[in-house]
Amino acid sequence: MRGFFAALAGGLFGAGLLVSGMTDTRKVQGWLDIFGTWDPTLAFVMGGAILPMAVAWRITKGRTPLLGGPFPPAPAPKIGRNLVIGSVLFGFGWGLAGLCPGPSIASLTYGGWGGVIFVVSMCLGMLAAPSLRARLDAANAAS
Amino acid sequence: MQIEWIYGLAGGILIGVAGAVYLLINGRIMGASGIIGGLVDGSAGPQSRERVWFLVGLFVVPTVIAFLMGGADTYVTDNFLAIAAAGLFVGVGTRLANGCTSGHGVCGISRLSLRGIVATIMYIGAGGAAVILFKHVLGVV
Repeated sequence: MRGFFAALAGGLFGAGLLVSGMTDTRKVQGWLDIFGTWDPTLAFVMGGAILPMAVAWRITKGRTPLLGGPFPPAPAPKIGRNLVIGSVLFGFGWGLAGLCPGPSIASLTYGGWGGVIFVVSMCLGMLAAPSLRARLDAANAAS
Repeated sequence: MQIEWIYGLAGGILIGVAGAVYLLINGRIMGASGIIGGLVDGSAGPQSRERVWFLVGLFVVPTVIAFLMGGADTYVTDNFLAIAAAGLFVGVGTRLANGCTSGHGVCGISRLSLRGIVATIMYIGAGGAAVILFKHVLGVV
């Protein structure tokens, strides 16, 4: 059951990414490009996605997930160094390629070799992240 | 142009409904980088099966829709060096920040998470800077 609903969620996510145009790197880069022909699509996608999610978060109050277990607790509202450094690195790569993790998987079969190279290299980055995080934390603790 | 906004909104709602299904039924946050990253570095543990199924849906459904549409394109740059570098930045960055556009952006902002809002401002700012640098200054993409 968990697998079925996970696949359903993944499928809806993928359909949404394709329909919205978020697997089209021109739209993503067009939205980030304030000095070019600015494309507002991404703002509509974000807005459209946040609405059902806001309702969902409201429904979670005082309930548990249908398949059991607790809902994920809210993280401490702490803006750490890793959050800032990580988000800046991510944004830099996102602007450069016009791809983020979800759309890169969704477009694997129609994104050509560029898309495949992106996913392989993203996974290598993810593999390297834990040791980089440990080093940053050690440097942070030492200073 | 206007029709593309409507597709954007409709697709966005689908994305939000997907996140709502994953949250309300499975009790998980739909963050693509966390789902992929936990499988890559082995930290997903007993959640691995569920995550693999999520990725199967994410991979198969757009493939089928694109096929039925007669093809789709990402128009990703053919500068393979730029793509490889971008992939590394995205992989390291999202794991360090514990989230990407779906986790911090969609799931975080919708619960008014300060971390999600700050992360989103940061990656959009950096993304805008990257487009200025690589498109307008260096002209590599």
